[in-house]
Amino acid sequence: MVRLMTHNLLACHAKGCTTNNFPLALKDVQIELRESDFNPDFLKGFLPKLDWPALVLAARQLGDETLPLQQPEMLDDEFLKNLHHVLLEIHIEEGSMTCPNCAHVYPISNGIPNMLLAEHEIG
Amino acid sequence: MIPTPDLSHLKAEDYDRVYEPAEDTFLLLDALEADQELLKALKPSICLEVGSGSGCVSSFLGSILKDTTLYLCTDLNPHACVCTSRTGSQNRVALNPINTSFMEGLGQRLHRSIDVLLFNPPYVPTVEEEAAQAQDGRDIQGSWAGGNDGMDVTNRFLGLVDDMLSERGVLYLVALKQNNLPEIQERMKAHYGLEGEVALQRRAGREHLFILRFRRSQQTLCKDP
Ligand SMILES: C[S@@+](CC[C@H](N)C(=O)[O-])C[C@H]1O[C@@H](n2cnc3c(N)ncnc32)[C@H](O)[C@@H]1O
Repeated sequence: MVRLMTHNLLACHAKGCTTNNFPLALKDVQIELRESDFNPDFLKGFLPKLDWPALVLAARQLGDETLPLQQPEMLDDEFLKNLHHVLLEIHIEEGSMTCPNCAHVYPISNGIPNMLLAEHEIG
Repeated sequence: MIPTPDLSHLKAEDYDRVYEPAEDTFLLLDALEADQELLKALKPSICLEVGSGSGCVSSFLGSILKDTTLYLCTDLNPHACVCTSRTGSQNRVALNPINTSFMEGLGQRLHRSIDVLLFNPPYVPTVEEEAAQAQDGRDIQGSWAGGNDGMDVTNRFLGLVDDMLSERGVLYLVALKQNNLPEIQERMKAHYGLEGEVALQRRAGREHLFILRFRRSQQTLCKDP
């Protein structure tokens, strides 16, 4: 499963591609929604690790508009529930991720992102 | 006692292409179980297993740390990624497999962010070409072929640890006696200030297996957060 939490941690690592290489643009995605247990402490602990603009952008690419453009200071229950849904319940099963800088395409199939590069592409 | 993860969904066909949990795997489980209080006290937010194979080890870690942390699992072998995902579901642990070498693709965002890092590497001594070919093949051979002294793949991994491990992070590495443990420990200390100790060891048939645990110097794993 590729959830937006994982997507938020992946950057292009092709040879020479070191700036503007994140976030990878989601294309042609098939998603599944799967409920998972709500764990506010985990979410709060994870917030500092997230790149917020990248998360909001990815969620909007998938049609979810529940997250505010600015990360709120008050972490109320409604916000945390939306965050939980976006980060953990949207599963990308098929699709691809394109580097905004070098346009390298990383495929996702069976819910597994393929970040492997050919020998000559490795940075 | 923490139960060994349920692997009943994996069949002989799966083990034709993916490493079947063996003595090395189980020794790593035992080391994690012995350290469970330390691992919980660490309050990890991100765990990463490199070379997750069947997913047995990360599922076991999941039964210690539950849903308090993110479990990332990388493997070069795409079949292993699929097995990891299935083993996670079977054991109700949300494992996040990524088909990549070591931590490629994660390095930029997770610089010094991994709190628990695990690797049971291909450690069997082979000729260098065999290990290189096995890495390119992305199949079962890559689960054991380790090249010179069994250390070619492990050495590449050890060069990445300092960039990935968080300040409070801990690394568990499986190694064989032939891999020259004192040399590994000295090198990690001298180059990166990473302190290594033997967490557990066991003889299994012809193999004398070790679990090495590394932390940054002056870090005490047991200290209350
Ligand atoms: C000895 S098996 C261990 C499997 C599992 N962790 C266990 O303990 O049973 C080593 C695993 O590392 C994977 N591997 C080998 N080289 C790798 C690399 N460069 N990056 C990621 N995984 C690798 C293999 O495909 C294999 O699944």
